[in-house]
Amino acid sequence: MSFVYDKIMGGKKGLTGLIILATLILIIFPLLLDSFRLNLVGKYLTYAFAAVSLVLLWGHGGILSLGQGIFFGLGGYAMAMFLKLEASSPENTTIQSTPGIPDFMDWNQLTELPWFWEPFSSLTFTVLAVLIIPAAFAYIIGSAMFKRRVGGVYFAIITQVIAVILTVLIVGQQGVTGGINGITDLRTLHGWDITSDSAKTILYFINCGLLLTVILASRFILTSKFGRILLAVRDKEDRVRFSGYDVANFKIFIFCFAAMISAIGGAMFTLQVGFMSPSFVGIVPSIEMVIFAAVGGRMSLIGAVYGTLLINFGKTAFSESFPEMWLFLVGGLFIAVVMLFPNGLAGLWNDHGHHITKKFAFIAKIFSKSAPQIFEKKVEDAR
Amino acid sequence: MDAYTSSELISIFAMQGFSGISLFSVLLLMALGLAIIFGQMGVINMAHGEFMTVGAYTTYFMATLTETYLPSFMPYYFVFAIIMAFIVAGILGYLVEFAFIRHLYKRPLDTLLATWGLSLIMQQSFRSLFGAREVSPTLPEWLLGSYQPTETIYIPINGMFVLGLTTVITIGTYYLMFKSRWGLRVRATTQNRAMSGAVGINTKKVDRYTFALGCGIAGIAGAAFTTIASTGPTTGTLYIVDTFMVVVFGGAMSLFGTIASAFSIAQTQSILEFFISGSMAKVYTLFALVLILMFKPEGLFASKVRR
Amino acid sequence: MRKTSSSLLPNTIRRRIAKGLMALPAAILLSSIGMSASAADVNTTGLAVTDDTVTVGILHSLTGTMAISETGAQEAEKLAISQINAMGGILGRQIKIIQEDGASDWPTFAEKGRKLLVQDKVAAVFGAYTSASRKAVLPVFEKENGLLYYPTFYEGLEQSKNVIYAGQEATQQILSGLDWAAKEKEAKTFYLIGSDYLWPRTAMKIARKHIENELGGTVVGEDYKPLGNTQFGSVINKIRLKKPDVIYAAVVGGSNVAWFKQLKAAGITSKKQTLMTISVTEDDVLGIGGENLEGFYSVMKYFQSQDNPNNKAFVTAFKEMWGEDSVIGDGTQAAYLGPWLWKAAVERAGSFDIDKVVAESEKGDIELTTAPEGYVKLHQNHHLWSKTRVGEWGKDGQATVVYTSELIEPNPFPAGYQ
Repeated sequence: MSFVYDKIMGGKKGLTGLIILATLILIIFPLLLDSFRLNLVGKYLTYAFAAVSLVLLWGHGGILSLGQGIFFGLGGYAMAMFLKLEASSPENTTIQSTPGIPDFMDWNQLTELPWFWEPFSSLTFTVLAVLIIPAAFAYIIGSAMFKRRVGGVYFAIITQVIAVILTVLIVGQQGVTGGINGITDLRTLHGWDITSDSAKTILYFINCGLLLTVILASRFILTSKFGRILLAVRDKEDRVRFSGYDVANFKIFIFCFAAMISAIGGAMFTLQVGFMSPSFVGIVPSIEMVIFAAVGGRMSLIGAVYGTLLINFGKTAFSESFPEMWLFLVGGLFIAVVMLFPNGLAGLWNDHGHHITKKFAFIAKIFSKSAPQIFEKKVEDAR
Repeated sequence: MDAYTSSELISIFAMQGFSGISLFSVLLLMALGLAIIFGQMGVINMAHGEFMTVGAYTTYFMATLTETYLPSFMPYYFVFAIIMAFIVAGILGYLVEFAFIRHLYKRPLDTLLATWGLSLIMQQSFRSLFGAREVSPTLPEWLLGSYQPTETIYIPINGMFVLGLTTVITIGTYYLMFKSRWGLRVRATTQNRAMSGAVGINTKKVDRYTFALGCGIAGIAGAAFTTIASTGPTTGTLYIVDTFMVVVFGGAMSLFGTIASAFSIAQTQSILEFFISGSMAKVYTLFALVLILMFKPEGLFASKVRR
Repeated sequence: MRKTSSSLLPNTIRRRIAKGLMALPAAILLSSIGMSASAADVNTTGLAVTDDTVTVGILHSLTGTMAISETGAQEAEKLAISQINAMGGILGRQIKIIQEDGASDWPTFAEKGRKLLVQDKVAAVFGAYTSASRKAVLPVFEKENGLLYYPTFYEGLEQSKNVIYAGQEATQQILSGLDWAAKEKEAKTFYLIGSDYLWPRTAMKIARKHIENELGGTVVGEDYKPLGNTQFGSVINKIRLKKPDVIYAAVVGGSNVAWFKQLKAAGITSKKQTLMTISVTEDDVLGIGGENLEGFYSVMKYFQSQDNPNNKAFVTAFKEMWGEDSVIGDGTQAAYLGPWLWKAAVERAGSFDIDKVVAESEKGDIELTTAPEGYVKLHQNHHLWSKTRVGEWGKDGQATVVYTSELIEPNPFPAGYQ
């Protein structure tokens, strides 16, 4: 029991932080927001998967991946392929010259389903594909890179190039991928209408559940011995290597795990938004995901969720009122986060939380324990 | 390919060779500024493309100004526009370094985020100042059209112009970085900042001017590109990945590597484009690069890089 | 920010005009009925309609790469709406605008589209530009039963109950242009080049079928470049090798500028080579430069230089509202038709209800005699009957219309071209 409490819940501090987050997304949002806004929050929370993965990868592993969009996209496309096949039943596509294949294939003169689409008619296969394909892809990239000790800036740029290649590939091979339009018009999952309000609400809760599970699993990894070695690799890679560890394997593992998390986010995105497009694979979304993590505090799993929510709420609110101001604001925010608050929201809370505590003694009783915690401190305390 | 005379084939071969060289000069010119900033200083400047755009808009501004007030000066303004582009982008780079890059030398990954933020701000500024539409400056007559050495060979003049400009800038950069006292200081600072400070080099000043120089060259590149493409607020983002690829592929610390890398990328892409229709040429080129980088992670011509 | 439309005329004058129009007995019968009708009668589905206003949405990219092209479209829509308001509005109601920014990002289009329909309950949306943005919002409009007026020429292969397509579908734009080239230029060989996405690929597919099956010509080359590509050296060499009679181009956006500049630099000009493009409008010429295009042909349904009273009035009004330097391209003019088509359908239906407006639109006899492009008529299949024109570009960035087709029936699912 104490194992679960310490390792997974993250002790008293971690647990309260988690409970606050769970209360916010599972109770407060659904009560306060109408179904349209709730669906929007659901969409943002799918990005939070990628942000959480970057906390693991970048905050704790020191590996900056500018290609989390690759994995988000792979997961999203896998799910979209399944949904598209279901939407393209021969009855629904009678106006096409070849009924029974996705509409964009028909527009591109394909007359039969490409072989790699075939298995995606099975939901079991699709779910496995969402988890395994991105992880396998990450394994290939990771082992090629980390075994050769490519790291830091080079790794960041190479992942970025892979994101570009994948985007150009998807856009160029439109006959089998849907091209720049993406895979659109997804409506049902095994006959269940995912566009209805009730379905969107159910998907929202599934999404929240998955996100919390992912956070718990990540915590478990970070508080384990593995997590400590990871941190050590980040700070002094050579020393860890000289101590006899195979550094590359640790990095590969965390990269694969992060890829898997991002892919879950991508699949949930497709389910909730109803389409997938290459605009989630390229450089811009990948860097935005890094920003979500940075704003939340790159060491804090829960902070990453708040960071994602804050930026996206801001983006929606501002772009509805001052689209021009928004880019200035978000650009300024990037610079400010890097220059002034390198530990993001979580850091701000840790630095100033106790002042607030004094001022609002009562509120503080509830909240001071619940702030998004920085893991670094915890690990330091433990040692 | 039947029914072509041999002279036709030779002409095509020559022109195809030139279009490869032309792409090479474009890539090299883009990469030179970054080779200095990233290669020598280790700063990941994601706003590099926007500094090019600054140069392009400066040229556009100069063209409009000349057209309105000094129409007779039109044939010559372009040379001055290039110089202005260098100065404007350089000054901007100087200010940016002063404002925040200098605080981030120890955190290269963070400069990446900060300069990405900067690039967003710059893009929005372009949009507010010059509008969302793409613009192109009116070019002097002598830059248009093509040179015809034989009946069937056409060599674009703007391509030759960019090639010439690139050659001049490359040689200039080489002398500045590797033959001058100042270049010595820059290289000393990159290799060992503390030691350089100890022997009396003003490392802060060196950093600032190096960054400004890199941005200035980006400005020149931007000015040159107005001859082949248009300029819009988001033009810079089109170039940034290619630019980084060239520098990384060449090996960050090596000017010669940058040249070799630009050459091989340009030739590969240009030849592939000739035989493959569709956008797969770009995919194959980039894919080959990543593959090579996996085996030679430090690039083609790596000197010893400290991490 | 909720930008409400600012009409050109002060309120009092507007009301006086409205009253004056009411006095006209027959022609305005419908709208006067509308005026007496209460909001509940003309709106049974809970749209944002009050006794004196009706709210519509405009959804275009104000930021990002597409802002360049979409600026004109949203300006034209605002112009049309302010003109309608000055005439007394629709069913006696002034049109209010809620504008949203699609930010050149397809998911954002879907999000904002949904917001307009679900939260703002707008009676119609004028917007979307690229095919990708339309495909992204389409499921939303079908699900929430909205009404979208889509302003650009596009690839066809689509017909939604919830969309009215004010631009030409691909066969309308392509076939008669090719016929003209085959007849006037005696073209036999064609080189097709486009940007790499659905519209150019579909367009080229149609063009190829038409060239090979109907015109007896040959396609000697077909090439697609990634969006945003600025290097055309290799393609130009290939073209030189193949020596086509006509280069048939559908390159878009920033690439377009590089493409024409490099053509000119390579010595391929209208003196030696016929080039026909389906992707250059007056908007694009601003960036490309008239000197790079001189003598080349565009196939469009509208050119700013068109000489008719409707167009003269339109161009004048547009410049008055958006500045003397404004240029008007095909998409801008099509966007201008949107609000007028909607007005006509609503007034006939006597209601803002989407289903009733669509039902009226589907009767296939809504005509606009005041369209700047001339006469257009809405077909049962939600597209417009329109004429296709070939324009020859001049150095000043304006085209001279050298050929005007008959009124062409829209055929989004062309048999034999799929």
